[in-house]
Parts: sequence; structure tokens; C-alpha cells
Amino acid sequence: MDMRAVPGASGPIVELTGAGRSFGAVRALSEVNLSIGAGECVSLVGHNGAGKSTLVNLITGALGPSDGAVRRIGGDARSSGIRSVAQELSLAPNLTVAENLRIPQRDLRGLFWRGRAGLRIRTALDEVFPGHGIDAAATVADLTLAERQMVEIAMAFAEGEVPARLVILDEPTSSLDASRAEQLIAYVRRFRAAGGAVVFISHILGEVFAVATRIVVMRDGQIVEDRPNGSFTRAGLVEAMGHVARAATARTMLGPSGAPEIVATPEGLRARAGEILGLAGLAGHGQAEALARLYLSRTSNWRGRGPVPAAFVAGDRARDGVMPLWSIARNLSVAGLSHLTRAGLVDRRAEAGLAQGWRERIGIRTDDVANPILSLSGGNQQKVLFARALATGAPLVVMDDPMRGVDIGTKSDVYDMIRAEAAQGRTFLWYSTETEEMTLCDRVYVFRNGRIAAELGREQITEERILAASFEMGEGEA
Amino acid sequence: MKGIDLRLALPVLSLAVLLGAVFWMQPRAMSYTGLNLLFNLAVPIALATIAQMLVIMVDDIDLSIGTYVSFCACVTATLLHDTPVVGILVLAAGVGVYAALGALIELQKLPAIVVTLGMSFVWGGLAVLLLPAPGGASPDWITTIMKARPPLMPMAIVACILLALASHLLVTRSAMGTLLRGVGGNARSVARAGWSVVRLRALAYGLAGVFGVLSGMALVGLATSADANIALRYTLLSIAGVILGGGEFTGGRVSPVGAVIGALTLTLAGSFLTFIRLSPDWQIGAQGVILILVLAARLLVRRRRTA
Amino acid sequence: MIGPTVTRPWFWAFAAAAVTFAATVALTGSQGGVELLMATLTFASFSVLVGLGQMAVITMGPGNVDLSIPAVMTLAGTLSLKLMNGAAGMEIWGLLAALAIGVAAGAGNYALIFLLRIPPIIATLSASFVFQSLAIWSNRGLRIKPPDSLAGFSTGASLGLPNLAWIALVAAMAFWLLIERSAYGRRLSAIGQNLRAARLAGIPVEGVRAGTYVLSAAMAALAGFLLSCFSGGAALNMGAEYLLMSIAVVVIGGSSIAGGNSNVPGIWGAAMFMFLIVSMLNSYGLGAGVRLVLTGVIIIGIVTAASGRRLPG
Repeated sequence: MDMRAVPGASGPIVELTGAGRSFGAVRALSEVNLSIGAGECVSLVGHNGAGKSTLVNLITGALGPSDGAVRRIGGDARSSGIRSVAQELSLAPNLTVAENLRIPQRDLRGLFWRGRAGLRIRTALDEVFPGHGIDAAATVADLTLAERQMVEIAMAFAEGEVPARLVILDEPTSSLDASRAEQLIAYVRRFRAAGGAVVFISHILGEVFAVATRIVVMRDGQIVEDRPNGSFTRAGLVEAMGHVARAATARTMLGPSGAPEIVATPEGLRARAGEILGLAGLAGHGQAEALARLYLSRTSNWRGRGPVPAAFVAGDRARDGVMPLWSIARNLSVAGLSHLTRAGLVDRRAEAGLAQGWRERIGIRTDDVANPILSLSGGNQQKVLFARALATGAPLVVMDDPMRGVDIGTKSDVYDMIRAEAAQGRTFLWYSTETEEMTLCDRVYVFRNGRIAAELGREQITEERILAASFEMGEGEA
Repeated sequence: MKGIDLRLALPVLSLAVLLGAVFWMQPRAMSYTGLNLLFNLAVPIALATIAQMLVIMVDDIDLSIGTYVSFCACVTATLLHDTPVVGILVLAAGVGVYAALGALIELQKLPAIVVTLGMSFVWGGLAVLLLPAPGGASPDWITTIMKARPPLMPMAIVACILLALASHLLVTRSAMGTLLRGVGGNARSVARAGWSVVRLRALAYGLAGVFGVLSGMALVGLATSADANIALRYTLLSIAGVILGGGEFTGGRVSPVGAVIGALTLTLAGSFLTFIRLSPDWQIGAQGVILILVLAARLLVRRRRTA
Repeated sequence: MIGPTVTRPWFWAFAAAAVTFAATVALTGSQGGVELLMATLTFASFSVLVGLGQMAVITMGPGNVDLSIPAVMTLAGTLSLKLMNGAAGMEIWGLLAALAIGVAAGAGNYALIFLLRIPPIIATLSASFVFQSLAIWSNRGLRIKPPDSLAGFSTGASLGLPNLAWIALVAAMAFWLLIERSAYGRRLSAIGQNLRAARLAGIPVEGVRAGTYVLSAAMAALAGFLLSCFSGGAALNMGAEYLLMSIAVVVIGGSSIAGGNSNVPGIWGAAMFMFLIVSMLNSYGLGAGVRLVLTGVIIIGIVTAASGRRLPG
């Protein structure tokens, strides 16, 4: 069964000419000329708010252009074989893996549709992620985040009424570990060779260079560069996006060895005051759970007074962090509310002052902290969540992969802030799927299968060592 | 498949325990006639529970199902009995209203709990207009079906098994049912795949309306007459039935087979209390206690499963 | 200036109440106007009291609703009248007993939710069966009169307003302060928006939830106590109509059923509207059937109109 794209149809699969899109007075995209043909892999890079999502929405037809034109090979996206994997997870958790395929694929009906759905998704999973170990009859709610992302990707490539011609992958590896990401990149190459096209959006430049045939750089709603992959250097690409790459400055101060130990968990996590402690390893090996357990055990379900013992920074903003109905200020103050309360009532002037102060300190891009939190870009929402945790004054800050989908500029700001806070005696527990970030830590625990597999001291923290500890010897999955 | 079995284990078990208790106290109940008596009222309750489940499946809740079933019962006992064509048209209009409500709720993003609350006044009022005092008569064919005595098992049990099978095929197995559950699980991604969620929600509500009609008919067939308040308690019974059957309020997690079993359990709980000659003061409280006990058992089973 | 007022969620509840009031007075003449207003304020007070508690519960998000309100009203009404036994000097003990019953019932509700981890709808429903049985058992057909002082107070007026309306007004202001200005209100709203995120932001989720269910039951008990004094005795079905009423006033009043967003002034508007609609249809001489149908249609109409305002497009 050939589930790859059907060559033959000539001409571009999608072509945008002078396309633009405004939301009210805000111009999200202007004068975009872009054509994607069979056999291409176009990587879109740019900071948050550069217009990538709007461009994707124009290609899929989720939004219509306010100016210019979007032409697709078969009219609408579905009959053109244009499919997309969105950044936020879009499976129905109550359905099985195979049943989920029913949602995008209309020809799955009639007798024995379940059999056909199961076959299609199994074939796709086997092709994209060999050795995936996912049961097509499993309910999605029972899968890990990484498995769900694999299913979503496989669904986009699966056989269907109209074969996939152009697949848009928006941060497809955000929950995948390195070996799965490599499988995906290898598959994208095969898909391309068979005549398919891919739009690949990622903030991991290594992936972009590995997979793209063309790199399109966006800035402020416009395409500023559109060149073949080979003609960019890493530094050149970052420069084109509008930020000067800043080499991660190594911590000069050593972890305070004499400071009191303030964390000691049954699974063996130990931390001293003022330490930045990394939790590394492949995605989904128990790091997030260990952090959640620690945080929940330190904070009370019942009492909300007194000093805040620990604070949490969420990576999955929509699920774990943001209060969507509230203003920026309220979102920022909620964790430290007990400090702002007099006789049960919230001191609103103190609250506004707090929010104002953090806006300046951490650089939240807004003209008024009374604006709704959802008016901010994802990166700026993340800054609010950082500020929320730091503003509590909690001696222990737990961070659950907090840099997901955050642009490089914000990242280096936050790195600096974490170092400064640690220097004043706060302890950070930091789980990240990006190995690079672990080099900023004093000590790193590498997790494997829900346990601590290795502990690396300052000088030992290197990408190679972390990877080595993440895989069991001799049976690496890659 | 394994997950479905586990989800069903507890409803089946609680039904079995309750049935065992009844048989232990009253061995004569272990007969065709005894079972018929015990489960006599199960069919309309099970149908109403399925109707409720279809609405819960798309993440809503129907607080009007009791008054709607009462209304359908009144139509059945009056219009359908006297002028069948008008009766059928009115019942079809009822289903149409249900579908329209589903569409309205989706289009305007209305809270289903309030819209159906308002509808409970409407159905109640219409029922009072149709039948100001208890009365009417059941159409003969319905009575014949409901009072039939099939071999081996009483009608109530046969009908419930058929209902469980049919709704399982409709909701769990069919492509359309899967899509409807998808609306409950993740309406956004269903909409993004190009489906009209308005139409899907209307479909789910329309189906609920159909099962509500069937429930009203079955009730009249058993009671042989109707009154405007005949099924008011079905609203709460149907919600309890869905939950007892392993369903959840959100996320499209429902089990049709479980819902039917939940309805049977609730019916049996009522019969059980009559059997032990509990003082009428405490009957309703005892029903509450039984509900609590079953839910406590569910918790224990879940704990064991996760442990 | 009109723009912001119209977009306030409570505006529609008051507008609807005003229109119904006008339509009724148009028929009965301005003579009946004052009388109607006083009756409206009196009867709306009960809906306001239970509605405020229900609002706090509903603010905690989907699935949170207190179905035990009618049973708690009945139980608190019967037991407190039984305790006072019509005697003077017992008033304060009766009130305290009613409130204690409310607190105990709320704690019972929450214990079921927390210990059995069951949806609040089912927990409060099951518990209400037990409360109802307790009320039936304790009452046994006796109809005990309230002490004369309380009967007089609950039907009387001060400063031109019914005493009950004063109580409901003070309660509404206290709730406004609680919901809009206190840390508790913030936490309640956070839980309603995203329970998981609320817990991870350090909010004592279980404490807030427990407090809210206790608060709702205590308000129901207060309403039950006042209602049984007002109507000269407790009846077993006296709470029945307040189940749907408590939910209806919350939603018509502009609180979001999706949670996180509550609206105190709207409760008053909605409660007056719900009373006025019935008296309007009554004064137009419509039968029970038509009255019910129109009430339902109007509730749906208002919710549709209000949502159209709040979510353009």
C-alpha cells in the first residue's frame, strides 16, 4: 500500500500571491508570495508573532486572505491533500487511536470502517515511527504526550480518500525525544522523495537544517528570506530572524556546596538552597511526574495563608498555567495572593504595583497589565507565568519544560533571571526536553523509565553524557 | 476492548449484588413473574437514560428529559390514541425541537443546562395543556408490545437487551456515533476537520428526542394512561443511570451498555426497598444511600486499577 | 455611556424585569404597582439567597452545581421550627440551628464529592435524598408555627422595604465583596477557569471547594428558615421550586455556566424577573399550561439574547 503522495499533478500544490491578512487594525501578514511544489520541504522560521501561524492558516484555508490570493491544486485544502498537524494537540482523548482517524477522513464509514481505519493508522505509524509500540485500539487518553504526538503525525501521513500531498508540521517534535525526532526527519525525506511536500516549522535549528530543502524566514508578518537550505549558516539564519545569537554563558558561580539541603525525595532528588538542578532524559520518562509530585507534596490543598513554600512554572500553558478569563495582572498575582491580602481582601493597588514591576523587570510586551492575558503572544504569556512563580518569593521553583515554543530572545532573558535568582538562594528544579538548557544547570539528574539513571556534576554535563545516560547501554532505540 | 470491559465491570457487579440481595430475601422473585415485577418499569427508564446519555455524550446535560418524556406520554395517551396521524406528527415535531435546540446551543454557544431547564417548563406546560387531569388511554399496539410475554425471559429484560445492543451499535460501533463521541472529546478538532458541529450536535439531540419519544410510549404502554407529571423523576434517574453505568459528564466518555445496566440497577433499587418493607419515610433516603454505596464501590475498583 | 452598560451581563436581567413589571402594571394600573413591587422584592429575596450560594458553586466550573438546595431548605425549615416550637425567646437558637444544619449538610455534600470523587451533581443529588428523608421523618405531618415575632418580622417592612429584601440585599453585598474583592473570590474564579492550573498556582483547591459547598448549603438553610417563618410553617415540598430557580437566576443573571465568571447584581435582576414573569402571566389570566410554556420560552429567549451580546459573531 503506497501511502505517500501521488505524483503526477504538476504545478505548485499551493501558491500565495500578494497574500495578506489583518485582524482589525493589526496586520498579521502582508505581501506574502510563496509557492510550494511537490518534493519540497519548506521550513518556516521566525519568532513568536512573526506570522507563521497566520501563514499556515491561509494555506489550510482556516483563514481567508484579506488581500491577494491563495490557490490550491484541488480547490479547498481537503481535496488538495493538504493536511496539518497543529501545535496544540488535537486528538479526541475519549476515542481510540483508530477512531480518531475517522474525524479527518470522511470515507471511513459503512461496514468494516473500523478495520480500515485500524489498518491505515497502523501502516502509517509503522512507516513513520518504526518500533512505535502504539496499539491502534488504545484509547488516546491512556497514551503519553509523546505517543499522542506520534499518532497525530501519523494521521497526517496516513492513506485517505485524497492522498496527502502537502503536510504541515507545526513544532512536530515538541514532545518527542531525539530518536523519534530523527525517525520523523528520515520519514519526511522519504515522503519528499516520493513526491510529497512538507512545511516544517520548528524552533530547533538543527532539525531545520537536517530536513529542509528551502528555508523561509519570517519577521513582522513578512517573508524576509526564501532561499535553499545550503545557503544559510546557523548564525546567518538567527540574524535573519532578527536576533543576535548569544552564546550561552556558562555559570561562573559554582553550586553552593555548603548551603542546606532543602529537597530530598524518595526517588532520590536532592537539592541545596541556591542550586539550579536539571532533570534530563528522553521525553516522558517520569521527569514531569516527579516534579508534579514534589510540588504537590510541598503545597497545601486546604490552606492558603502564610508564605508560599514552592512555585510551579508550567510548560503546557493552556493546560497547566494560564487563567484565560483574567488580565495579565491577575494571572501574575494569583500564586502569591496571600502576600497581597489584607483581612481577606485583595489589596488591588499593591497588586497593580507588583504586576507593573514585573512587566518592566521581565519585559512583558504590553502597554497595560490590565489587558487580558490572551492578548499576549505565547512567549509573553510564558513570561507572565515565570513572573507569577518568582513573585511568590517561594524558596523552591519547579519548572516543567517551561521553554516550549518560546523564542530565543525570551529564553536568554529568562536564563539570566534564573541565574540571578539562584544566586540569591532560591532553588530551581528544571525539567527540559532541550539538552542544551541542561548545560546551564549546577547538577543534572538523567531520568530513564521513571527512575534516576545518572547524576551528573557541573563538569560532567554535556550533551553526550546526558544522551548516553538516557539510553540503556546497547539497546538505544535510534 | 479491555478498557470497555473494565468500565462495564462495576455496573454489572452492582446490578448482580443487588439482584442477589433481592433473591436472598425473596427467593420467589427468582421466577419469570418475579423478574417481570422487579424490572417492570425498567424499559422506559432505560430509554430515557439512553436519551440522556446521547446529550451527555456531546458534553451537555438535559434537565428537561423528565418533562419531555411526560409530554410524549401525554401525546401518546391522547393524540396518538385518538388520531394517530396527528399524534405521530406532534411526536415528530418534538424530535424536531430537540434537534433545533442542539443546533441553537452550538450556534449561540448557550449553556445546555439552562436551555434544557427552560425547555422543562415548556414541555411541562404543553403536557398540562394536553392533559390537565390524569387520563387518556394507551394505544392497543403499544400495550400489546409492552405486556407481551416472550418465552424464557420477561419482556422488560428482552427489551433492555435489545436496547443495549442497538445503542451500542449506534454509539460505540458506527462511524457516525464515533464522530459524535469525537464532538464530546474534542469539538474543536472535529470542527477543524471540516465537519459541521452544529449539525452533529443537532443529530445527537435529535436522537435523544427519538429515545425520549420511545420512553414516553413505553411508559404509557405499561401504565395504560398518562398524566402531566408521570415522568418528572426521570431527569434525575437518567443522569444517575448514565453515571452508574460508567459514563462521565464531560469528554464524551459514555457507555450505552453501561447506561442500560445503570437504569436496571436503579429500577431494581426501587423494587428492593419495597421488598424489605422499608418505612416510606426512609425509602427515598435509602435510594440515596444505595447510589452512594455504588459510587463508593466504583471508587474502590478504580483505585485498585490504578494501583 | 450606554455602550458599556448594555454589555454588562446583568443589564439584561434588570431590563427584562423592568419590561415585565411595566407590562403587568399596564394591566393592573399604577395602584397595584407599589404592591407588586413589594411582593416582587419579598419573593425575589428567597431566590436571591439560594441563587447567591448556587452562583458560588457554579462559578467553580462545569459539573459543579448544588442539587441539594431544596432538601436543605426543607430540612433546615422543619428542624428549626421544631426546635423553636413556636416559643418566644428561641428565635436566635432557631436561626443558629438552621445555619448549623446548612453547614453540616454542605460539609456532607463536600465529603461525598471529595471522598468518593464523584461529580457534584450526583453527590448533591444522592445527599439530598437522605436530607429529604430526614425532613420527612422529623416532620411527620406536624405543622409547627413559627414564633410570632419571626412570623411578624418576615412579613413586615422597615424603611419602606420588606425585611426579607433587606436581608437579601445585605447578603448580596456581602457576596459581592467576597466574589469581587476577596482572595477567596479570586481563587474561586481561578478554579472555575482551570482547576488543574489553579492547583499548580498554589491555590488550596480543596479548601475553597469545601468552603463553597458549605456556603451554598448555609444560604439554602437561611432561605429555608426565612421561608418557613414567612409562610407560617414548614412544608415538605417548600423547597421544590427553588432547584430550578436557583440555577435559572444564576444564568439569567449573567454568570457564566462554564465557570470562572460570576455576577452578583444580576442575581437580583433575574430573581425579580422570575417572579414578575409569573405574576404578569397570571394577571393576563393565562392558565398554568400557557404560563409554564411562556416562562420556558422567555428563559431561553433571554439566555439567547444575552449570549448574543456577550459573544458577538
